[in-house]
Formats: sequence, C-alpha cells, structure tokens
Amino acid sequence: RDFNERCAQCSEVNWGLTDGGRFYCRSCHNVTERTREVVNTDFISNTRIQTISKGLRKQEKTDGGCEWYVCEGFQLVLKKQAEALEALGVCPQMKDEILCNFWRRYLQKSKQAYCNRPAGETVKALSVCDSSTDVDSEPERPSLLHLSLSESEGDLQTDCSFASSTSRVSESTSVCSGSVDGSLYLMKNQREKLRMTMPMTLSFCYMALLWLREPMTLSDLLRFVVEGHIPYLNVFQHFPEKMKLCGLDLKIFCVESWPVYEEVYNKMLELAAFLDLPRFPDITDSCFLHPDMLCMKYLMEANLPDELHNWTCRVVKKICIGEADFLTLVPGNKSTRNVKYDVLAAAVIVVVLKLLFLLDDHYEWLLSDFAEESNKNNKEGRPYFEFKKWYKVIKCSLDVEQKKLDEERAKYLWRCEKPLFYSAKKKSKVLKRRQMVVNLQNQFGKLSGSVQPAEKPKPSSFQLSWSEENTDGSCFHGHSLKGILQEKCGLLTAMNPAYWLCTVKLCTEKLCGHLAHYREVDFPQSYHFVLRLFSFLLRIQPSYIHDEVCVIEHKLFNKKLCKKSKYNTGLRK
Amino acid sequence: SSHEHKLNFKKSKEVCLSYIQDAMLQKQWKRAAEFLTFYAESLEKDFSTQYMGPSEMIWRIGTEILCHHSHSSMKEFNSFTEQMKTLGVKRYLKVCLEHAFHLLCNGLIDEAYQNLSLAESWRFGEQTAIQDKEMKLIQAYRGLLDYYSWSKQKTILLEHGQDGFEDLSVEQEMHSCFRKAAVNLKEIIKIPGVWDLFVKCYVDLLEFYGDHNEARQVLNEYAYNSKFPANPNAHVYLYQFLKRHGESKKSLISALKILHDIVPSHELMIDFNTMLQKSKKRKKRRLGLEVIFAALDYAGWKENVKAWSCLARQVKQIVISEKHLDWIKQEWNSRKDWWPAFHFSRYLAKRNWQENESLSYEKALVAGILLGKDCKYFKYVSHQGCKAQVKRFRILKKFVNKHNPVYLRISG
Repeated sequence: RDFNERCAQCSEVNWGLTDGGRFYCRSCHNVTERTREVVNTDFISNTRIQTISKGLRKQEKTDGGCEWYVCEGFQLVLKKQAEALEALGVCPQMKDEILCNFWRRYLQKSKQAYCNRPAGETVKALSVCDSSTDVDSEPERPSLLHLSLSESEGDLQTDCSFASSTSRVSESTSVCSGSVDGSLYLMKNQREKLRMTMPMTLSFCYMALLWLREPMTLSDLLRFVVEGHIPYLNVFQHFPEKMKLCGLDLKIFCVESWPVYEEVYNKMLELAAFLDLPRFPDITDSCFLHPDMLCMKYLMEANLPDELHNWTCRVVKKICIGEADFLTLVPGNKSTRNVKYDVLAAAVIVVVLKLLFLLDDHYEWLLSDFAEESNKNNKEGRPYFEFKKWYKVIKCSLDVEQKKLDEERAKYLWRCEKPLFYSAKKKSKVLKRRQMVVNLQNQFGKLSGSVQPAEKPKPSSFQLSWSEENTDGSCFHGHSLKGILQEKCGLLTAMNPAYWLCTVKLCTEKLCGHLAHYREVDFPQSYHFVLRLFSFLLRIQPSYIHDEVCVIEHKLFNKKLCKKSKYNTGLRK
Repeated sequence: SSHEHKLNFKKSKEVCLSYIQDAMLQKQWKRAAEFLTFYAESLEKDFSTQYMGPSEMIWRIGTEILCHHSHSSMKEFNSFTEQMKTLGVKRYLKVCLEHAFHLLCNGLIDEAYQNLSLAESWRFGEQTAIQDKEMKLIQAYRGLLDYYSWSKQKTILLEHGQDGFEDLSVEQEMHSCFRKAAVNLKEIIKIPGVWDLFVKCYVDLLEFYGDHNEARQVLNEYAYNSKFPANPNAHVYLYQFLKRHGESKKSLISALKILHDIVPSHELMIDFNTMLQKSKKRKKRRLGLEVIFAALDYAGWKENVKAWSCLARQVKQIVISEKHLDWIKQEWNSRKDWWPAFHFSRYLAKRNWQENESLSYEKALVAGILLGKDCKYFKYVSHQGCKAQVKRFRILKKFVNKHNPVYLRISG
C-alpha cells in the first residue's frame, strides 16, 4: 500500500499483495519481485526484525499468527524474568547488559543466530544451506539476528532471517507446532548444543545474578519463582497475540513442576562452561554471597544469637572457605567443587550448633538447663541463650509455616486463563473444559465461605522475622552465649568437649551422586530439627544440607580423620 | 514426614485431593469446597491412565459437598449436576440416574420423572449400547414412578367411586400409567438381580388387573430362578402372595422352607412353625420344632413372647404325648451347652419376671422341661409366680414337677 511505483507493464499505480507477499498490479496482474517490507515493531517488544525476503516469512497466517522461532520465545521469557528481577531490586545492568550478552553468546555458540550458517536445518535442507551458490544467489543473505532486550537500544539493523531452509521447515512443522522449529527443536541431537529449556532460563538468570554478585541466592530466586514474583509458570501468557503456541511448543514452554535447585544449579555450571565464560567476578567478604554475610542473615532468620556469628566466622576461616579463590566460580574447572552459597552458609551454622551444643538429643538439653540456672542470677541485662526456649519458639513457628506451605502446595494453581491446545482440533474441547473449570471454581468458591482469594504475599528476602521489641522474649538475637561457654586461658570456648561426625567417610559423588546419605532415623532428633529448619528456609531437602555439613566437618577435622581413620570407625569421645 | 520441596502438577492435585478428603471426613464442608476450587483444574489434564479420573472425583465430591453444605440449594445442585453430565459421556446415564435419586430423596418427584424421561431418550452412538444397564435402570425407575402415579390415581378413583363419582379421564390416565409402568418393570425383572421394589410394584399391578397367573409366574421366577441372587425377600413375597390367594398349606410351607434355610431368624418363622405344628405329617411337625429352636438361637428373639409360646406349646405337647421325646433331645443336644447361659440365667429370670410375666411363663415352661425343676430359671420364676398367686404358675409348677423324669431322659 505504500508502494507507489508505476507498474512496469501498464504504468498504473494499483497494487495488491499476493499470498506470497509480493506486489502485483491489479490492472494487468503483473507480479513483481518486490515484496512487502515489513517492519514489525511490536514483535518482540522493541526488537525490530525487518525481513526482506522472497516471501519466505509469512507475516499473516489465517489465524492472525505469524512465524516465530523457539529461541525467540525463550528470549521473551528471559526478558520478562529480567524485568521481574529488576522490579525486585536487582540492578538494571543485569537485564540490559549481562543477561542480554549471555543470551547472545548462547545463541552464537549454539548456532541459532549470530553466525553465518545458522542452525535450524533439516536433513533435507542441509543441502540447500551448504551449497554456497544458493546462498549467494539470494539478494539478501541471512546473516545476523540483531536482538535487543533493552529499550534504550538504537535503531534496528537490517535483515535477519534464519536459515533459508526454514521455508521447508515451516511447511512440515506448522501442523505440529505454532513455532516454526518446534519439532526440530525437540528432535535434534542436543549433546553438543545444550538445548534451551524452561528451567534453563532460571539458570541464565542465576548466572547473571552471580556475575553481578547480586544479593539473591539461588534458593531465594527459586522461591520467588514459586511464589509467582518471577514469570515461569505460564509465562507464555505474555507472548504477543501473534505468537501462537500449539503442539510441540507446549512441551517446550509449558511447565508442570516447580524448578528443582539441583537441576537449575547444574545447568548453570554447564552453561557457564558452554559459553566459555571467564572466571566470574570475585566473591569477597563484602559480598552478600560470602559465607560470613549469609551466615549473618540466616542466623537472624533462624532467631539465633548474633554472637554465634563469631563462631561461624571462625569456622569459615579455619577451613578456608572464605577465600575468593574457593568461592568464585571458574567455569569449566572441574577440579574445584562448585559452591552453593546458601547451602554452605546453612551448613556452617549447623556445624557451629553442633560444636556448641553437640545436638545428640541429650547434651543440648542439659546445657539449656544449666543456662536456665545461670539466668536466675544473671544481672547482665542480656539473658543467656537457652536452647530449650529457642527450640520451643522455633518449633512452633516452623510448624505453623510448614503447615501453611503444605496447604499452599495443595492449592497451587497451574493453569491460567490463556489455555493452550495441542492442535486446532482440540481447541474447542480445551476451551469448553476451561469454561467448566471456571464455572466450578465460581460455584464452589462461593461455598467456601468468606475465604478471600489469597493475595500474593509481597516478596521478601526473609521468611521468618523476629523483633527484639517483642516483650514475650521470643527474639533471641541479643541473647548471650555466656551460659554455654567457659573461660579457658582467657578465651571463651565451648563447654561442650565432644563432637560427632555425621559420617566417617564421604561417598564418591560420581558413583552415587551424593557425598552422604541422610536418613532421619539414623540421626539425633535435634540435629534433624535444625536441618529441617534450614531445609524450610532454603526450600531444599535436608539431605543437601547434610551433605554439605559432612564436607565441612571433614575439612574441619581433617587432621584427626587422617590419623584415626586407620583405627576407629567413630570419633565419639 | 519428609516435606518435599519438589512439586509437579500431578502431585499437587493428589495433595489437594487428600485435603478435600480430610475436610469431608471431618464434615468441614466449607473447607472441602475451598479445596475443590483448586482441584477443579485437574480437568484440564489428561489422567486417562488412572482408574478414577478427576471428572468422576469432582462429580462425587461436588455432590457430597452440595448435599451437606448449609448454603447449598437444589437449584445449585441441579446446575452442578447438569454440568457433570456434559463432562463425561461414558458416565452420562449414571449421573442422570443419581440425579433422579437425589431429586426423589428431596421429594421432587415430577422433576425426577422429567429427568428420567429425558435420559431415556438419550442416544450416543455406541455408548448407548455400552450403557445398556444404566438405561434399563432408568427405564425401571421411570416405570416405578409411573406405578406411583397409577397408585395415586387408583386411590382417587376408589374415593370417587365411594362418593358415587365416575371419572373417565382419571381412569384412562390410570390405565395408561399402568401400561407404561408394566412394560418397564417387566423388563428389568427379567435381568438377574435384586429388584424387590420393582417386583412388589409389578405384582401389585398384575393383581389389580386380575392377572394372577402372570403374578405367580413372576414371583416364582424371582424366588426360584438360580440365576438370581439368593434373596430372602423373594420368598417372603411369594409366600404373601400365596397366602393372599388362599393357596394350600402345602404350597405355603414349601415357600417358607427355603426362607428358613436362608434366614432362620426371619420373623415369618413363627407363622411357619405354627403351620408345621398343626400338620398331620410327622416330618412337618419335626421340622416345626427345628424351625422354632433355630429362630430362638438368635439374640433378636430372646424376648419374643410369641416365639417362646410356640416352643412351649410344642414342647408341652410332645411331653404330654410322650412320643418323640428324641426330637427334643436332638434339638437340645447342640444347645445344652450355651442356651442355659443365653436364655435361662438367674439374671434373666429376674429381669423377665419384672418386665414381662408372660415371657417368663413361657420360658419357664421350656426351662423346666429342658433343664429340670431345679434349674435356676424355673425355680425363680415359678416361685415368684406362686408367691404372686398367679394361677397359671401354680399349674406350671405342677406340670413340670410331674414331668421331671422327662428332663432326665433328655439330658442323658
């Protein structure tokens, strides 16, 4: 319509568009080679993709959709996630620079874009792609895909298109997926290429957060995802109307389980190596992720005395896990064990508690009684910490919170208003079902009584909080450890002289995937309780923390272990 | 318990379901409704591998909640059930049937009738054949409701008849109801099953229109066809029919014989025993004794005066005639170890005497014969009776004393 040239044949200016997207003269039906220039500004918001091609890219399908590629979908997902993180307080640099560049690098490395011979070929089309004459003869060679995640980017670049073979791809796959390469995506042999998945988007996010050393641990991130503050479940709702999802796209973009810590973490490591990233910025003792800092945070959250921080720092120092070299991620380096900062900090606290209280279901209570006695004569203004009191308070809160969490699990809603269907045939059935579900929800919702729909809780870094202003004495931050310490040679040491190791020998991770095997029945209940507490805070299984505790203990008692391993099977004094 | 921090759709809905079940068991209907709203979306997922899918769960749970919830109404229930009908074509007729039951339980007979009629006209390819059983039931219940209308009209007619009115239209309608009912009821009772209600109604119809042969045939089939599950009621109905029509004692007895075999404690055993006692045939009288002893084995009969009087009468008669004492011996043999404690304890003697003199009289007679004049029961009751100067107890005492040797022969 903006085409104002005169027709070569009849010199009229009366153009229409063929199905192939080419202009033809309505007067004399002369078909030109010129095709409609499409500036699609709203496609991936602020990404401008301009295609001048031989109608290879059909803009308007009958259902108002357009062609899109799977990685475009993921790009959108990442963008949404980055925006959400920014809203949570992460610095904008993450979205505009770091994540963006990681993603570009990924596309490059996996040959989905940013290269001369983009991937996406079928076996048939391989020949087309390979023969250089074909490629050269096209007026516009497919080259770079310019993508921008940021609004501040300048004007678009020109051409882009994926492999010219996509036309064949689209014909054969448009039936099975809304995206152009959906079926290809799932079929490909992905061993070298590290195929993108929904959980991997979180790996990307975490990697970017780690690079920037943002004060958000992986467990925080995943918790925000589950709580709905970061788009993950049903993120396809945010895709533009034109990007239709169906068929195999569902397998790629639909999520039906909560992200798993281990999976996201391991994928991140793989990704970092795949992208050939250099050593990440150092984690120093002023970083949030440093064990000293995280321990402080977790001590506060666990309502433990601030004084314990001294002890955690001592342990950290003793086993050298506060060193930048230990803590910083070096991708691809298989000799160092990679650090899970949150789990590490929690484990340190557990070890400290074991050092001071033994946690053998016996000694900690004795010590508590002793502290209680001392408290009677305590004139220092700060009460001595009593394990028993702390246990009661925490157990109560933990049980309440756990119960809430369990109910939330039961009430978790997986579907959203934008229903997905595998194929057009199923569409009406899916929509009918959706309507029925909505009806049922309304009908029984009314019968639920005055229960308000649960509002999304505001995202918070702390799940449990304790205030010293509470007069009921339920806050233990300011309590003193004097009740359980004794003076020896001018130093305060623990009264507890003993320690028990969680395991005498660490397993080989390669063989069974774990360093230790945790069974609740094998260990004291107090120990299990403490594990349970941190398991709840971090939303991971107690066994992960237990593994880490074992590692720390082995580092801490390394010398003793080496000496005695020949003679004993236990180190209980 | 291990609190998993993993979760997927399937597990999430399993957990949700367990919350619903807990709430329902504790009759917390609001809470159950609340969790059902979260469970509803499981309809959008394919659970075809499971034995019982979410749509059936939701139907059953939703029905329960709507039945019990204080704020629920019939209107809500109806709208919900209509939705459930569309959910699963394989279950359509079942839902219709249960819907009708629910309406009937709430006294909405016309609505139930409409529902059943609508369901009857449902056709859905091969599903119609597959759901044949449910269809038959639907037709049967509709037939039942037809019977119910017929019955009402019959009553009206009879009243009008008494008043001297003649009402042709009512009569016609009544006959049409009869036809509709008869057709459907006849169909269902052909299929082996327990159809007490249908059989009764059908027989009632047949009797009214004078088709006694058909009625007898139906009842015989119902009672004696081995394909049908053993059903005491079948024999009861047959017996009642035969009695109504003045059939011979022989046929009555044969009808009750099987009932005795199946349910020795049935209330008709008294009638049975009475008939048998009077019989001229020795075998029958012998059977009579067996029947009454068997009935009194059951706790429900312990305080039944009539039963005891039957036994007492027969025992007395045998003792006086001095013939067939071995019958009593045979019957008593398997009971002598536990009947004394069961029926003739001193505690019971006291209680029976206080609460029911006639009962104690009859029992005392039996006890006296079976256990001798020195048994606790007889001693106590006869003593009390004589003390109270009730004539029959004096006679009783004399009688038992006179026939005490009999006891020795029985117990030996």
